[in-house]
Amino acid sequence: MGSTLWVGTRKGAFTLRPDAKRRAWRLAGPQFLGHIVHHVVQDPRDPRRLVMAAKTGHLGPTVYTSEDRGRHWSEAKAPPAFRKVGEGETPRAVERVFWLSAGHASEPGVWFAGTAPAGLFRSTDHGVHWQPMAGFNDHPEFTKWAAGFRTPDGELLHSIRVDPRDARHLYVAISIGGVFESTDGGANWAPLNEGVAVDFLPDPNVAYGHDPHCVIQHPAAPDRLYQQNHCGIYRLDRPARRWQRIGQKMPKSIGDIGFPIVPHPRDPDTVWVFPMDGSKVWPRTSVGGRPAVYRSRNGGGSWQRLDKGLPRAQAWLTVLRQAMCADSEARIGLYFGTTHGEIWNGADGGESWRCIARHLPEIYSVTHAV
Amino acid sequence: MKHLVRIPSPLRSYTAGAAQTYASGDTLTELLADLDSAHPGMCFRIIDEQQRIRPHIRLFINTREVSSLGAKLAARDEVHVICALSGG
Repeated sequence: MGSTLWVGTRKGAFTLRPDAKRRAWRLAGPQFLGHIVHHVVQDPRDPRRLVMAAKTGHLGPTVYTSEDRGRHWSEAKAPPAFRKVGEGETPRAVERVFWLSAGHASEPGVWFAGTAPAGLFRSTDHGVHWQPMAGFNDHPEFTKWAAGFRTPDGELLHSIRVDPRDARHLYVAISIGGVFESTDGGANWAPLNEGVAVDFLPDPNVAYGHDPHCVIQHPAAPDRLYQQNHCGIYRLDRPARRWQRIGQKMPKSIGDIGFPIVPHPRDPDTVWVFPMDGSKVWPRTSVGGRPAVYRSRNGGGSWQRLDKGLPRAQAWLTVLRQAMCADSEARIGLYFGTTHGEIWNGADGGESWRCIARHLPEIYSVTHAV
Repeated sequence: MKHLVRIPSPLRSYTAGAAQTYASGDTLTELLADLDSAHPGMCFRIIDEQQRIRPHIRLFINTREVSSLGAKLAARDEVHVICALSGG
């Protein structure tokens, strides 16, 4: 079966499919024109299935599911929604479904969703019905963890990671709030933010309140986690609890601020990032107007600049946290989508780049499906 | 009693394209519940899980905007679901 890039945008979902030599890419879509599509994710347990997080500018959030690789979609019968609150409680309502993650291989049909405002939800029937996870959403510390210190896009729960060895071992991240871990299927949670800088808060030693932008758990080495944070790039090797700032090995002129971080599908020491300017007012555009992807092959010990084929000047690109991915080919293809509607393909792990789609709406996510 | 409900274009995917439909109820809450039973999923797109009208939605009974789902409906009242003009 061929390769497909699913592109979630502010105005609908698109697909890109390559020819046999992966040279020419055919753009199709949009599906759900006018809908805000945050995330489209293929079920790794059943590649015919996909789940899509969507809303419109006026309407509330919802989820769509497909059983035929995205040809047809059905709306969830019970989208993610917080529980109805009682007297004296602060009401919460899901404004958008931001992140989708498939559950463990041993639990077909299980999916997780992260929302704005921050909330964690679970489905056991392939995304048709969703239930709030009270262990997180109603945790006694929750109002401190997600203290309403919001990003300009609101408070986001993302980077839901399920340990491939243990369905009960979960990680989630909140912007702004930090990384949290559960070892009992989500009944209990604890912060996991030691060693991560939190430059915007007066106390550098807080247990939570950090701003992880994207957290990944390496699929082939699940004790290895990486994090692109608002305040740097980090690595954590479990069972340790203290993150190491590997971004300090990035060139000082570039810094280690960005949104996405992408793992090599097989090599736990190789990751890619898309650094953006995090100085002064946090422009979050390519540093100096010269976009580049940076790769480490040794777990962050050193980094290589990959910019062959990317614009050399006056190219102020922003790539959001879900808008960069890798395929699993022998010669890895990398992909990123920008907020001004371009999709770039990096052949051979990013050794050379070319633009494979233009003029799309603002891109929120780029995911690879087989 | 049945009331005419006018449906804005973003919601017509739930009504097979119909710009208006009928629903029963003595209050807006009852009417919306009846609407949702006939067009599953529609109401969650306009009313959140705390039973509040979503920020970019306006509900009118005839020409009067209402903010309470407990608003009563009289015979021949029409209900308008309006998506506030916003976007970009």
